[in-house]
Amino acid sequence: MASAMASGDDQAMAGNAPTGFRVELGERDPLVLDAGQKLGPFTMAYQTYGALNADKSNAVLVCHALTGDQFVLGKNPYTGRDGWWPLMIGPGLPLDTDRYFIICSNVLGGCMGTVGPKELDPKTGKPYGLGFPFITIADMVRAQAMLVDHLGIDQLFCVIGGSMGGMQVLEWAVSYPERVFTAVPIACATYHSAQNIAFHEVGRQAIFADPDWRGGSYLAEDTKPRRGLAVARMAAHITYLSEAALHEKFGRRLQHREQLIYDLEDLFAVESYLRHQGEAFVERFDANSYVYITRAMDYFDLAARHGGKLAEVFKDTKTRFCVISFTGDWLYPTSDNREIVRALNAVAANVSFVEVKSDKGHDAFLLNEPVMFDTLRGFLNGAARRRGLIR
Amino acid sequence: MSPRRTNGPSHAIRADQRLIAGMVEPGSRVLDVGCGNGELLELLAREKSVDGRGIEIEQDRVNAAVARGLSVIHGDAETDLTDYPDGAFDYVILGQTLPEVRNPNEVLAELLRIGTRAIVSIPNFGHWRHRLHLLITGEVPSVGFVNARWYTNPNIHPCTIKDFVDLCEELGIAVERSVQLNRRGHAVRFRGAGRFANLFGEQAIFLLRRQR
Repeated sequence: MASAMASGDDQAMAGNAPTGFRVELGERDPLVLDAGQKLGPFTMAYQTYGALNADKSNAVLVCHALTGDQFVLGKNPYTGRDGWWPLMIGPGLPLDTDRYFIICSNVLGGCMGTVGPKELDPKTGKPYGLGFPFITIADMVRAQAMLVDHLGIDQLFCVIGGSMGGMQVLEWAVSYPERVFTAVPIACATYHSAQNIAFHEVGRQAIFADPDWRGGSYLAEDTKPRRGLAVARMAAHITYLSEAALHEKFGRRLQHREQLIYDLEDLFAVESYLRHQGEAFVERFDANSYVYITRAMDYFDLAARHGGKLAEVFKDTKTRFCVISFTGDWLYPTSDNREIVRALNAVAANVSFVEVKSDKGHDAFLLNEPVMFDTLRGFLNGAARRRGLIR
Repeated sequence: MSPRRTNGPSHAIRADQRLIAGMVEPGSRVLDVGCGNGELLELLAREKSVDGRGIEIEQDRVNAAVARGLSVIHGDAETDLTDYPDGAFDYVILGQTLPEVRNPNEVLAELLRIGTRAIVSIPNFGHWRHRLHLLITGEVPSVGFVNARWYTNPNIHPCTIKDFVDLCEELGIAVERSVQLNRRGHAVRFRGAGRFANLFGEQAIFLLRRQR
């Protein structure tokens, strides 16, 4: 892993670099954050798949979720795990790499190469830690727009993402309407609800409560808040699954036991599963990134910036939208997604809306959901014909 | 077995849909309320180059329509039309489903709030066969559906051509054109939408416009 990190810091290689591309952005015009600070130059790590066509009209920006990264396909060189959206992206799949040029960047504040709290602060020579400026979803999108500029692309054929990725999609459509031909927000909402914020706060407090967090400067002190971050992940993971999925997968099944034992050892299968999820997560994710990115999501409220009227933010949009929700998602339920649709209808925007029947919970967007793939394929094909990508 | 429309399978173009398409000006903005799998929208996009949208209450049909590349949302005509701004469309189409809604008068008014024109097709409960059916058998006819009993067919507000025309007048809606269809779905010409049409038209299609 250490060697992969080192080679990842090298400049971008030709083709689809195994450890991803890096670019320095904001050298001349720094990124002005919502919190007021300026950031630049800063590093953005990204990955591309497929080829950009001659008139640069086939680019698709994939926005990843809270704990996602830029490695949508193939092996993630840092974790050794498979990319996170292999059923959606690839030859012949809805995001067909034979037709589209796919871009996915690590979000601002992330920990897979883009500047974030674990990177070195050029002013101090130490990791930023809590010295990293606070960021918002809009800041993430501004940084992505700088990357898209760098790639010489005026208009993206599609911006797509689920969960926090969906929030970035909405932000793109609002901040850069003329640069987004189609927008596909999946399993998301136009603002973070009290319940969403509450779950995030539980996670952050678990991290803060870990003595190894050291007020955020654990990297400088060569330690890691493993237990705090693992608990945060465990709590969050429950919200990504439905009750039905948990019941089907684990029920009250016991792990390595024949009968109930009256102690606190690993007993129920679901406990064992969550502990494993927590432990695996700690290996690949930075605790301060988790704190900053969850905070960015909590700040998210698309309408608030426009006097509280959601419809106003989409006024005169020419973008074609496809909103997708899942019946088993209680974190960003259909009712939240429908708010987006209602707002788009209120300005007679071009919108499709599909609710996919699934008992897999919020994570359904990452899983094998044929109805999602079929509808997306149809939606994208229809738009591609209008954009002249299919003749 | 759930009730099925008599006008053939839902993936085929219905006779009334073809006539509706004929009333739409090329290149216009169209909302199809209760668009099913999107057959009419597809026809309109292909032959009339319209900017089309659809609302459909059955999720499976929404998914099928979106998968065809159409802009369709899952929604209910009775609650979700209120989201749209005034005059957002040149035509708002409501095919066959008016007797199935709880508040036909409100839906009709909404169609003509968000559309400059509306095209509404209805099955005519005043057709002589339905009148005769009730007279002779003493049973309520399940107009427009097969395999349906009076308690399973979706018609909760049966209406006749006369009823519909009266409602339009009440709501200040002008009937610009009306076409009646016979049993085979062919257009038949009666003078206006009067008593004769009400007795012999199996279905009727109305092109409507706001009057006041």
